[in-house]
Amino acid sequence: MSIAWNAFTPATALIGGAIIGVAVAFFVVLNGRIAGVSGILGGLARPQAGDVSWRIAFLAGLVAAPLALLAALPEIRVDASFPTLVAAGLLVGAGTRYGGGCTSGHGVCGVSRASPRSIAATVAFMAAGFATVFVARHLIAP
Amino acid sequence: MYTAASFAAGFVFGLGLLVAGMANPAKVLAFLDLAGAWDPSLALVMAGAVAVGAAAFAFMKKRTRTLLGAALLLPTPRRIDRRLILGSLVFGVGWGLAGICPGPALVLAGTGSAKGLTFLAAMIAGNGVFEFFEKRAAPGRARMQSS
Repeated sequence: MSIAWNAFTPATALIGGAIIGVAVAFFVVLNGRIAGVSGILGGLARPQAGDVSWRIAFLAGLVAAPLALLAALPEIRVDASFPTLVAAGLLVGAGTRYGGGCTSGHGVCGVSRASPRSIAATVAFMAAGFATVFVARHLIAP
Repeated sequence: MYTAASFAAGFVFGLGLLVAGMANPAKVLAFLDLAGAWDPSLALVMAGAVAVGAAAFAFMKKRTRTLLGAALLLPTPRRIDRRLILGSLVFGVGWGLAGICPGPALVLAGTGSAKGLTFLAAMIAGNGVFEFFEKRAAPGRARMQSS
């Protein structure tokens, strides 16, 4: 392992993380819910009265964030090809529903609550992420 | 008010993802690439988010209602089962392929990126796959679990 010091951005990482934490805090203190994106989206598949608008509002907030930053949007680079994006999207969409959460619900909220279930899920998806990148970058296409 | 607060939370969440670099798939993959030129930044994103999040959940611990008077609806499942682990492993493989998880997928879609929209469409289709098999497994009484 070699650390890419030139790419390391500790300040924006910590500040951005804290902003995510503030959003999570708002959501539990005001709305009483976990800010878990896959679950919020997934709940729309079985719409129930009174349970739809807050979900759409949260997701719309995520979509609107880059619009507010339009002039100062940070670097965004997607290297994956379109077929890879389709495969990855299918796996993420199905996997997060079976696993009951994603990076936000398990990784941030669950770990913040010290939920053993979420910690186990986070270890599993991180390990699979590390392994997948290792295989893709160092075994298949070194 | 409840819906407006929800929009604000999503919006602030999205800003955080952008500032942190989580909405940049190339940076996410550089974090997941332990054997390459490793960029440890995203570990600090997690640390920052959990530090603030843990304080908020601690504040809510003894409460049953939120400051808006809404019910506190936190997840109750506690079992660590095969479904949780296998689902999370599948998610991790998808995350490692593209460097995109559900929150950033929506932020990327908001930038109007064709690749972001493609990923989001596939992710929603993946949700559909889950719903299809859930309904077949337990018709009329679908299981719902969340983190």
